Amino acid sequence: MSKIKMTANVIKQDMIGPDIYSLWILAEEIEAQARAGQFLSVYTKDASRLLPRPISICEIDREAGALRLVYRIAGGGTREFAGYRAGDTVTVLGPLGNGFPEIAADRHAFLIGGGIGIPPMLELAKELNCEKTAVLGYRDAQLFLKEEFESYAKVVVAAEDGSVGTKGNVLDAIREQGLIEDTAGHLKLPAGKAVKQKPAAPVILACGPTPMLRALKAFAAEHRIECWLSLEERMACGVGACLACVCQTGGVDAHSNVHNKRICKDGPVFEAGEVEL
Amino acid sequence: MTDTRVTIAGVELKNPVMTASGTFGSGEEYSEFVDLNRLGAVVTKGVANVPWPGNPTPRVAEVYGGMLNAIGLQNPGIDVFARRDIPFLKKYDTKIVVNVCGRTAEDYIDVVERLGDEPVDLLEINISCPNVKEGGIAFGQDPKAVEKITRQVKDHARQPVIMKLSPNVTDITVMAKAAEAGGADAISLINTLTGMKIDIHKRTFVLANKTGGMSGPAIKPIAVRMVYQAANAVKLPVIGMGGIATADDAIEFLLAGATAVSVGTASFFNPCATAEIVEGIESYMKKYGIADVKELIGAVR
Ligand SMILES: Cc1cc2nc3c(=O)[nH]c(=O)nc-3n(C[C@H](O)[C@H](O)[C@H](O)COP(=O)(O)OP(=O)(O)OC[C@H]3O[C@@H](n4cnc5c(N)ncnc54)[C@H](O)[C@@H]3O)c2cc1C
Ligand SMILES: Cc1cc2nc3c(=O)[nH]c(=O)nc-3n(C[C@H](O)[C@H](O)[C@H](O)COP(=O)(O)O)c2cc1C
Ligand code: FES
Repeated sequence: MSKIKMTANVIKQDMIGPDIYSLWILAEEIEAQARAGQFLSVYTKDASRLLPRPISICEIDREAGALRLVYRIAGGGTREFAGYRAGDTVTVLGPLGNGFPEIAADRHAFLIGGGIGIPPMLELAKELNCEKTAVLGYRDAQLFLKEEFESYAKVVVAAEDGSVGTKGNVLDAIREQGLIEDTAGHLKLPAGKAVKQKPAAPVILACGPTPMLRALKAFAAEHRIECWLSLEERMACGVGACLACVCQTGGVDAHSNVHNKRICKDGPVFEAGEVEL
Repeated sequence: MTDTRVTIAGVELKNPVMTASGTFGSGEEYSEFVDLNRLGAVVTKGVANVPWPGNPTPRVAEVYGGMLNAIGLQNPGIDVFARRDIPFLKKYDTKIVVNVCGRTAEDYIDVVERLGDEPVDLLEINISCPNVKEGGIAFGQDPKAVEKITRQVKDHARQPVIMKLSPNVTDITVMAKAAEAGGADAISLINTLTGMKIDIHKRTFVLANKTGGMSGPAIKPIAVRMVYQAANAVKLPVIGMGGIATADDAIEFLLAGATAVSVGTASFFNPCATAEIVEGIESYMKKYGIADVKELIGAVR
């Protein structure tokens, strides 16, 4: 696997929510290696903004060799991206990071996205071939990407303002609807005893704001559920060289030799038990 | 034929382009983009005698034409470094410069002694990091301390010693002379300039460390000026850095008096920057019929 820096052509761009844009770019060389949960460094054309913007891969079109980025305008860089039209070019570097792990077909994957953490879960929803439930947390009734998730997974919605679905966040929706079974029972089965597994063992895969991830980590630990979280941090190099983007780990990391891992290279997806949030 | 070789303290580099400490990892991360064999030298991230965890995040912030960083010299410690990173770099035909950091003179000496038997070409002693409370810059802002730490390191070092100077001083020539008096074999400058950024919406500092070191194209004019002043104040070879992003930038530093240059922040926005600068210097030499890159060093006075 190798990372590629290239100038990609913009295929199309649409506004799909308030300040939320969907950008399709032609990037065959990156697409060929990309997987769900990885991200790209996107460079602005304004030389005063030096650092690349990390944006997750939302969707991969294998036939067209295209990648979709869905992002919210957060400042000058993303505002520039929002102005791109078909035929424009954009310089990107990728694929970066590890991506989500593979999930066995006999599992039940809970794909949990909060706000602008929703987009990276879409390609995962598409790729996994196990039972899937997407739990999507929005601010209000502007439900971007929801219909697209419905083609691949059962969808449960939470909205902070209570206008649709569960009022509150993704965890409120999980609790209110009793979505995830306690797996403690599975784990305690005596070895060798063939017991017909009732519900498929759940696994949580999530991306969203840190308070949401922290709550999910605690929830998963309490119920002994396997849980993978995609983290975010300010970046400079995006390739593991500058040590800007670290998160704290419980154990001493093999590379850093301290309690730090690099989100851009060792992540952005981590097993929840591994990281301190 | 263009001759791009330069010599620093008896060590011949195939060209004057090196990486800047802390911006190129141990070389491995950027080896996907740059053929390390093309570079004059790879300068590694600062390494201490024991592992350092560094500062809390956010550790970086973008500013107009540059960036602030407060990594806090996170490093795995000399043992892991010597076991893993030096053997990796040995696979390439480039010189190895190890950047050393410490909190006390003993820390620096410990690392330098440990490196004595390693296949390392040059040592760069960072006495100018603005992001750690003790050590680092504390050594770099007082000429007496600069001279003393230089002498202490020199007493224990087997490889030639480059002292890396801080720009956060009133008169850079005083510090350059202090390093020379202490017995340094070369000096490098500039390290980052202390800066600050405030988030007006959250009304907090952007960096967890409050202050950070500024680097990138915006600092280049200051760096060129300081390299010029330092090169004219001492007889030692000077390694120039600060905002170099293109071959034109690098040539400016050579003309100001630098024998070699380091490329830092530019790798973040152009991972191939170092190799492109090597090529660009060759093109410049051909264009102006310059046979030997050394003709450029300090040519503008
Ligand atoms: C691994 C990863 C994946 C991401 N995926 C997405 C995505 O799919 N969609 C999306 O909308 N956003 C995503 N983000 C957040 C996105 O990177 C920022 O919103 C974006 O960099 C803001 O740039 P700006 O110039 O508009 O804002 P400014 O505030 O002007 O940016 C200034 C600097 O801060 C950095 N920065 C600002 N906010 C963030 C942030 N939240 N995270 C990291 N750096 C930040 C910028 O990169 C830039 O260097 C992701 C972040 C990470 C780390
Ligand atoms: C993220 C980052 C980490 C750095 N780490 C070190 C370091 O460990 N030791 C050191 O001597 N200088 C360090 N520096 C300073 C650079 O080596 C260089 O002196 C400075 O950034 C100016 O050059 P530039 O503008 O080309 O980046 C670091 C700079 C950056 C941006
Ligand atoms: S952004 Fe440089 S190490 Fe992650």
